[in-house]
Amino acid sequence: MRPKTRNRRTRLLTGLCATLVAATALSACGSGEAGDGKIKLSLGLFGKFGYTELLKEYQAAHPNIEITERTASYSDHHKNVAAHLATGGGAADIEAVDTGYIAQFKATPDKFVDLNTVGGDQLKSRWLDWKWTASLAKGGQQIGYGTDVGGLAICYRRDLLEAAGLPADREAVSALWPTWQAFFDAGKQFQANAPDGVKWMDGGPTVLNAIFGQAPTGYYDQSDKLVVDSNPALRAGWDQVVGAVQANLSAGLLYSTPTWDTGFAQSQFATVTCPAWMMTKIKDKAPDTAGKWDVAAVPGGGGNWGGSYLTVPKQGKHTKEAAELAAWLTAPEQQAKVFTSEGLLPSTPSLYEDPKIASYTNPFFNNAPVGKLFTDAAKQLRPQYQGPKAGDVQTEFGNAMQRVEQGKQDGAAAWQQLVGDVAKLQS
Amino acid sequence: MAERRTWADRRHHWDVKLSPFGFVSPYFLIFGVFGLFPLLYTGWVSLQDRNLLDAEGAEFVGFANYDQLLFHDPYFWNAMGNTVSLWLLTTIPQILFALGVAHLLNRRLRGRTLFRMGMILPNITSVAAVTIIFAQLFGRDFGLVNWVLSWFGAGQIDWQAGTASSHTAIAAMVVWRWTGYHALIFLASMQAIPSSMYEAATLDGARSWQQFWRITVPLLRPQIIFSTVIATTGNMRLLAEPLLFNPGTAAATGGSDRQFQTAALYLYEQGFTKYDFGYSSAIALVLAVATMLVAGVSYLVTRRIQTE
Repeated sequence: MRPKTRNRRTRLLTGLCATLVAATALSACGSGEAGDGKIKLSLGLFGKFGYTELLKEYQAAHPNIEITERTASYSDHHKNVAAHLATGGGAADIEAVDTGYIAQFKATPDKFVDLNTVGGDQLKSRWLDWKWTASLAKGGQQIGYGTDVGGLAICYRRDLLEAAGLPADREAVSALWPTWQAFFDAGKQFQANAPDGVKWMDGGPTVLNAIFGQAPTGYYDQSDKLVVDSNPALRAGWDQVVGAVQANLSAGLLYSTPTWDTGFAQSQFATVTCPAWMMTKIKDKAPDTAGKWDVAAVPGGGGNWGGSYLTVPKQGKHTKEAAELAAWLTAPEQQAKVFTSEGLLPSTPSLYEDPKIASYTNPFFNNAPVGKLFTDAAKQLRPQYQGPKAGDVQTEFGNAMQRVEQGKQDGAAAWQQLVGDVAKLQS
Repeated sequence: MAERRTWADRRHHWDVKLSPFGFVSPYFLIFGVFGLFPLLYTGWVSLQDRNLLDAEGAEFVGFANYDQLLFHDPYFWNAMGNTVSLWLLTTIPQILFALGVAHLLNRRLRGRTLFRMGMILPNITSVAAVTIIFAQLFGRDFGLVNWVLSWFGAGQIDWQAGTASSHTAIAAMVVWRWTGYHALIFLASMQAIPSSMYEAATLDGARSWQQFWRITVPLLRPQIIFSTVIATTGNMRLLAEPLLFNPGTAAATGGSDRQFQTAALYLYEQGFTKYDFGYSSAIALVLAVATMLVAGVSYLVTRRIQTE
């Protein structure tokens, strides 16, 4: 009798184990199909794109489609995209990619749907030329539709400037700083009479990004070679900002960190470099400061920082529908809506003449005519070539400037270490 | 009849011999799939020059990655140094605090179960949430820690900027999270120590402090060894705390001058920021070996605890 019981038990256990192993294997292949037969699309974003309302509109018009958004922080998002592309699974049907990373991803165009094969080539004329080219792979594949562009300005606190005896009116403020040198000089004037605990600018790295965004050549030359140590514009901008930091104008906050966010709410600084997308950030971080902010022209005119693309990874299940959605989201009508709701500057020039856009003013920023301001900036914008690891070079610059701000190194030593760090990115 | 019996016997024989293997096989299957295969594959990748996104473009380079890593990469040694520093700053206080806490909880006190349950709470909280809150506490301008320090006239400390200060902040997170876990392990074994030993010691005139060091600690030796090895292996792959201590675009470098970049964070940076899959695989294997070495050292050290 006994052996028999044991046998039954053995069989039972073996069965259980088999089920367990099978379950483990199966769980790896969960399906993305909704139970109700709808096509499920996911959207991988970072920061604010202002798509929530638009997606409702799209789903109302396409009852067979269900869209989910997922948002991560800037660097997490881009690392996730890379990991999902590498492992061949897990990417959203549409993944947003920032200017700093687009060159890196277009180096592997086979991971993305070539949007030219699904009608993208017909839509080409919608975008600024350079925006279209920036996401175009060497083999002619288009891996992303442009969303917004950066377009530069300076956001400033009217109340703080007034308190320090500087003009607060936006025309007068713009006139105060035709050049970056004038901007820093005004900062020194401000700092002499500034309210307690307030600095002229948030931190060196943001200003650095703006100055670099105006240079004809950035971190790379057209052949994707890093030119950080041989591009005089970068070194000149670096020295200028180091000087400002040493003159105690900087609150020493690194952008997109929690301490920087707190800085907005606690009024730790009077000015911040303001690409169009920054406006919605400020509004989010410091809603209590409504009306205290205003927008002035950027020293040195023009320039770009940031702006994104929507890409369609090939691994998605419904790439055709995803590409259609991406085209719709980046169409001029939708870009116009995103501009008025979130302040993201369109990458489609047909809108720049649109009176609705040109006359748009932002109440949070003391009714500043941001429509005209940013479209003017966009028209003046000289496109800068972005190399493969532009985002990472920018990070290294941020670290180097932090070392100066934290008093760990002087400008020359930080630069020297930076050049070495950047050289490692080349290989 | 006789033949059938032999067959049944034989079957029984095989059953007894093979069933145990059947029972343990799921572990080996799962270990093979999720443990051994990744390990071997990592070894294979570490011999290649390979971009994370471009598996087809991989190139076999032999031990070049290891050569670069061990002999020409100061940032790796910087990260290893930080890892060892954090290991010392976390493991030792963790074990000492846990011993003290367990000793306190081992007494008669009101609401004992509540306190004991409370010990495990930090451990089951999400690492990300804990780290983000601690990063706020250790903030430069508006952090609670600096606020409290300011009562004593201590200046504003920029916790993230310095090496010692950032290590202290990160160690605080780890110790806060794991002390309770180890305390519960110690507590369980403390309760197994016969009270007659303490009674005898009391008769001999040993004070409570002496009893703790001469009786409790030596008898907890196996648990202390276990806790130290667990804490060591955990700290050798410390990633989330330093990563989230300074979020933002530069999170992977662990501070502006890599002052709190651990080896695991360096691996993450190479693999997922620079996409250098081969190099990060080499780091992974070197880190695995280092973990075994450090765990071995801590085992040898804790083994020296003896009853006198």
